[in-house]
Amino acid sequence: MLEAQVFQRLGDFTLDTFLTVPAQGVTALFGRSGSGKSSLIRLIAGLGAPEAGTIRLGDTWLVDTQRRRWVPPHRRQLGVVFQEARLFPHYSVRGNLRYGMPRAARADFDGLVELLGIGHLLSRTPGRLSGGEARRVAIGRALLSRPRMLLMDEPLTGLDGARKQELLRYIRRLARDTGVPILFVSHDTREIGALADRVALIEEGRVLASGPVDEMFSRLDLGPRTGRFEASSLLEARIVAHDEALCLTRLALPGMAEAETLSVARLDGAVGDAVRLRLRARDVGVASTQTPPLPDVACLPATLREIGDEAHGPFVEVMLDVGGQALRARLTREAVGQMGLYAGQALQARLRSVTISRHDVIVT
Amino acid sequence: MLTPLEWEALALSLRVSGVAVAAILLPGLGMAYVLARFDFPGKALVDGIVHLPLVLPPVVVGYLLLVSLGRQGSLGQWLHETLGVSLPFTWQGAALAGAVMAFPLLVRAVRLSLESVDRKLEEAARTLGASRWKTFLTVTLPLMLPGILTGSVLAFARSLSEFGATITFAANIPGETRTLPLALYSLVQTPGKEAAAARLCVISVVVALIALVASEWLARRARRRLEGRHA
Repeated sequence: MLEAQVFQRLGDFTLDTFLTVPAQGVTALFGRSGSGKSSLIRLIAGLGAPEAGTIRLGDTWLVDTQRRRWVPPHRRQLGVVFQEARLFPHYSVRGNLRYGMPRAARADFDGLVELLGIGHLLSRTPGRLSGGEARRVAIGRALLSRPRMLLMDEPLTGLDGARKQELLRYIRRLARDTGVPILFVSHDTREIGALADRVALIEEGRVLASGPVDEMFSRLDLGPRTGRFEASSLLEARIVAHDEALCLTRLALPGMAEAETLSVARLDGAVGDAVRLRLRARDVGVASTQTPPLPDVACLPATLREIGDEAHGPFVEVMLDVGGQALRARLTREAVGQMGLYAGQALQARLRSVTISRHDVIVT
Repeated sequence: MLTPLEWEALALSLRVSGVAVAAILLPGLGMAYVLARFDFPGKALVDGIVHLPLVLPPVVVGYLLLVSLGRQGSLGQWLHETLGVSLPFTWQGAALAGAVMAFPLLVRAVRLSLESVDRKLEEAARTLGASRWKTFLTVTLPLMLPGILTGSVLAFARSLSEFGATITFAANIPGETRTLPLALYSLVQTPGKEAAAARLCVISVVVALIALVASEWLARRARRRLEGRHA
């Protein structure tokens, strides 16, 4: 586990916060640009020193300003993947991967190279790699230094959609297979939805809230901070069937009947695979339980948990319970009044299939 | 092809310049590093002193060397008494004069190359477990190599062409301190030696050209390696 309590002034910006990263899984540090995410990562990595504070990794004190303790970056055993790949141009890919590799990690080399799909690049020089390849090599290089934690500072920036998806899948696989905890910095809710187990929300140099990703995504009070437009929910589901002729994949949510499936564009995963689904609040609607089904619209039995308490504006957000998972829906204030919605009411959550794009589903 | 006298002057010139560059390589690296990476009070003054030989008349540099390192100079006296070393009027003295004159050129070139090294790469090396020293040796230094090569060749060429400081500090002794420029000067002063002077002139031009072409070739090769195209 990593615990950081730091204070630092940078010009007229002040970083003054407390952050906890558990020793397992992927923790996302989420905030807009200029919120202090990268500065915090640099302090943890030892590329800067806080004016005051403590940073502790497990039972090792990396920083303790009161006791004048400051461990230099090369002794922190933290792997860092920067926004730019930062590969050494005068070494081959193999040389880069081996740069920080201790003897004990040699046995991991082949496995990790295969996991990242960079075996065919080993003898190339970094100048001849594509953006996505370079990032993968950078991730491999950091992991081969046997870090106790991997810090990733927006490693997907500047990659196009397909490359991003691919790299997300690699990172997810790493988190699962290597067991190295990851602190992942991002300002993209989609990336976080796909990767994170926990989210820490940072704004103006301060971590405001942190918690499990689904909880954080569905907390209404954080809506304005995570961005109205992107307000969404994360749901776990399972692939139950592929329809090759129609190019569709049917997904079932836990606790739902066979008939109550979601149809999405054909996915790569196998039947039985778990997926993570990101549903935008503005794409989710509600209807009374008696409403007849419509073609192309998934109807999921839901319970109304909570109605957002915004006093003004045309829209209201409501929180639904779908088989135990939180689903956020965005409705007009007018509809809420006309339907007479109340907490605890049984409803149908309605979702048009075409609103779920391939980018919103991650096979895990 | 070359007369014994020409050989003597050429060999002496190469030896003097080679020793001069070898002697300033490490101090030059250190000075460039300090000037590029650190801020301290008096930095402008240090920078100025390093560059002084570029703007001073070489004779002044030679005179200052003579005053400080001659038998009468306190430093020269100490050198003579404790180490038994005397620099004026020796080829080592000529090398010293060349070294002092070439130092600013080397420092400039190395400093420029150091400033062009991406510090983000050094940060990456640190997070991969490399100490400051290992980072310098494995990342910074290799990336500076083209600049170091160019700077060394430039310094070598400057030392090769050194005249004023050498003749003032080390005099013009055949076989000891009479390098190519000094030999050329002597021939020009002697009536009837115009042809011999012209030959020495051609030799000087050829040596300088070889040095420049070699440096350009080495630097290009090093740069190509960095960019990942195979040289």
